[in-house]
Amino acid sequence: MELNARIPSGPIQSKWDKHRFEMKLVNPANKRRYNIIVVGSGLAGASAAASLAELGYNVQCFCYQDSPRRAHSIAAQGGINAAKNYQNDGDSVWRLFYDTVKGGDFRAREANVYRLAQVSVNIIDQCVAQGVPFAREYGGLLANRSFGGAQVSRTFYARGQTGQQLLLGAYQALERQIALGKVTMFPRTEMLDVVVVNGQARGIVVRDMVSGRISSVAADAVVLGTGGYGNVFYLSTNAKGCNVTAAWRAHKRGALFANPCYTQIHPTCIPVAGEHQSKLTLMSESLRNDGRVWVPKRAGDTRRPDQIPEDERDYYLERKYPSFGNLVPRDVASRNAKQVCDEGRGVGRGGLGVYLDFADAIKRLGKNAVAERYGNLFQMYERITGEDGYTVPMRIYPAIHYAMGGIWVDYNLMTTVPGLYCIGEANFSDHGANRLGASALMQGLGDGYFVLPYTIGDYLATAKLEKIGTDHAEFARSEAEANTLTRKLLAVKGKRTVDSFHRELGKLLWDKCGMARNEAGLKEALARIPTLRDEYWKNVTVPGSGEELNQELEKAGRVADFLEFGELLVTDALHRTESCGGHFREESQTPEGEAARKDDEFSYAAAWEWKGAGTAPALNKEPLTFEHVKPAQRSYK
Amino acid sequence: MKITLNVWRQKGASDVGRLATYEVPDVSPDSSFLEMLDVLNQRLIEKGEEPIAFDHDCREGICGMCGFMINGVAHGPEAATTVCQLHMRKFKDGDALTLEPWRSRAFPVLKDLVVNRSAFDRIVQAGGFISVATGNAPDGNAIPIPKRTADLAMDAAACIGCGACVASCPNGAAMLFVSAFVSKLNLLPQGQSEKKERVRRMVEQMEKEGFGSCTNYEECEAVCPKEIGTHFIARLNRDFLGSAITGPGQTSSASGGAG
Repeated sequence: MELNARIPSGPIQSKWDKHRFEMKLVNPANKRRYNIIVVGSGLAGASAAASLAELGYNVQCFCYQDSPRRAHSIAAQGGINAAKNYQNDGDSVWRLFYDTVKGGDFRAREANVYRLAQVSVNIIDQCVAQGVPFAREYGGLLANRSFGGAQVSRTFYARGQTGQQLLLGAYQALERQIALGKVTMFPRTEMLDVVVVNGQARGIVVRDMVSGRISSVAADAVVLGTGGYGNVFYLSTNAKGCNVTAAWRAHKRGALFANPCYTQIHPTCIPVAGEHQSKLTLMSESLRNDGRVWVPKRAGDTRRPDQIPEDERDYYLERKYPSFGNLVPRDVASRNAKQVCDEGRGVGRGGLGVYLDFADAIKRLGKNAVAERYGNLFQMYERITGEDGYTVPMRIYPAIHYAMGGIWVDYNLMTTVPGLYCIGEANFSDHGANRLGASALMQGLGDGYFVLPYTIGDYLATAKLEKIGTDHAEFARSEAEANTLTRKLLAVKGKRTVDSFHRELGKLLWDKCGMARNEAGLKEALARIPTLRDEYWKNVTVPGSGEELNQELEKAGRVADFLEFGELLVTDALHRTESCGGHFREESQTPEGEAARKDDEFSYAAAWEWKGAGTAPALNKEPLTFEHVKPAQRSYK
Repeated sequence: MKITLNVWRQKGASDVGRLATYEVPDVSPDSSFLEMLDVLNQRLIEKGEEPIAFDHDCREGICGMCGFMINGVAHGPEAATTVCQLHMRKFKDGDALTLEPWRSRAFPVLKDLVVNRSAFDRIVQAGGFISVATGNAPDGNAIPIPKRTADLAMDAAACIGCGACVASCPNGAAMLFVSAFVSKLNLLPQGQSEKKERVRRMVEQMEKEGFGSCTNYEECEAVCPKEIGTHFIARLNRDFLGSAITGPGQTSSASGGAG
């Protein structure tokens, strides 16, 4: 397949302006004739649905939660980046662009990242106007902090609840449009398929999660803002309901899936406590601004932390990366934690943890100042572990957090299926192989408020769209397939629960395709996943029926997709024999043990094409060229 | 530790419910309450029984999806904690716990511990927003907002919309939720032009949904996982009274926007 990223020509600073001018507009009076489906109501979905409705389109928005306000964007703690340069510390659109391309380990598309940096400033303005209560200085102006390895203070925040406040802003805009009749909202509704007619996305098949009814919805374009696939690992910081189903089923209808092996592992999560563990909880990495990361120098040292004298502690990030110290990017921090634990120096139960110590910060700033900054995080830590982080160092360990990979999209955020768009975490576009802190919220809102509403108009104005309703044969066919799948899951009536399969798949992926990957392990995973999948379809048990609220059935469909998607993730990881960003191949290291990219071989986005069940997916490459940020070994020494 | 659970089981919205008893003999004190239910559910499924349906999603105490009564207390005994963040170490070996869904006329039960809270969304639709279409915004620093005002607005904005306030109120009132939503917008300069209209419409919708009236029990504040204070209810009453005395504001929020 020929991949065309449709990057506008001209200097990078004016590509977006030029493109906005060149795109066709839909006449204001005609907008109401178009129907747009938005799946997902997180930052990307809600902001897109509201903005499209404000423009005059008819929008139908779907989410699996009981209210659009609950999408997992809500859990983002730390903040949102914007190149406002309010702090006069040298920030600019160019610097945010530069940092993001470099932070992404030179595997992102420059033109997209530049546009993201440009619209970042509008996002803050929009959110403030909506009433998002960002943190402020005593003079009343917006406060900023430095975050996740950035050397300028460009992060805006609302206590430790930035995602919540931004999502509520978008949710309010969405609810306003619902009241105006421009958006119809379908909560507790899960997308099961994309319907493609004459090569164009023309609707979706959904299941009402209360009645169990499967039905179709037709439209002129479909937008997926369905989040990331981190839950393929079972244990992750994602919400329990996060899934790959919408993206995966779109993939099977022709949307290429790019770079699935780029998974972000967040360094500051609360370690696993036992077999019952159902998810992992992240604590904002802003904690690393004042907390110091350390482990004992000696392997197998089981003394309590307060009994380990200063000179027997290894502040390994400060030692190895003197200029960034504890603020190295996420991938570097995570990998180093794994390394010291592999050396037997990990702390806590099972030795899978490192200390995050606030003793020095409390000495320097006082307990009150630390509590003011991170109080809610200390409280959260205490609830989950029963320990007081002010007196005993916190224990942290990396966990799967974010998916940089996702559905491949062009500059217009359109997938390889015309009329099917993908925004936010669900697409692959802006973070390359590693996302910087406080950039996910920026991308979700950037796509939804300021990019998609323009680009989708160009498609609607230029595409030839026949009048098609749900009575078209393709809808009946997709609906029948969705019904068959549901019936098949219910009919297996085996011995093992859905969760037991999900846990097994997750553990396999975490062990073989987690923080560090090698050829032998990946090949082993590739051999075991199909076996596990076969067993699933022979031995899973799903109680109840399809015609009711059935949470096991919901999970069963999602895990069936994870069992297919997991194989693609490993396939991608195996083919990319370089290390880059969140993807660390043990065979490709610098002499100091850092990730070694192979720019000559792998400077491309790997976009995989579904070729049918049991057939290997086809690899398509979008070459990445770097005209402005010259690829270099990332160094945080 | 060993826990006995009496759980409300109800097949569907129009079915009759009943309490059923389950023993969980080997609960890890490090597990969360929902993880304890996960373990029980896995066993029920393996025995061919229907697992207990309960709402949950983020399991970090922020999405507001989870929540049920534990021995008559919304989200259970620990203060300022959603049930997903409640850990079993807070209970004693041998405890017997009764789990019931939120009980409110405005929150019909869908199944077991799952209720329909869409009434909250409809209250927000009535006026819980600032009418600013994308692209209209002035610079973020154009209007300085005193830190104390912004902080107070953030206190109100911390509400996660879980519904514990309604469930705990003997009157089934939604005043804490509505007051937090109204206040976070009415406190800010951006929210001023629609202030009166907002409070009037949201209160009207609240009444239409069948929520009860506030008679100052303050149970809502006691169970609120985000510690939203009833002083916001006082603020809501003041704003509402103000809107009634001086009439609606100059702009009509939902009907007058550019769309």
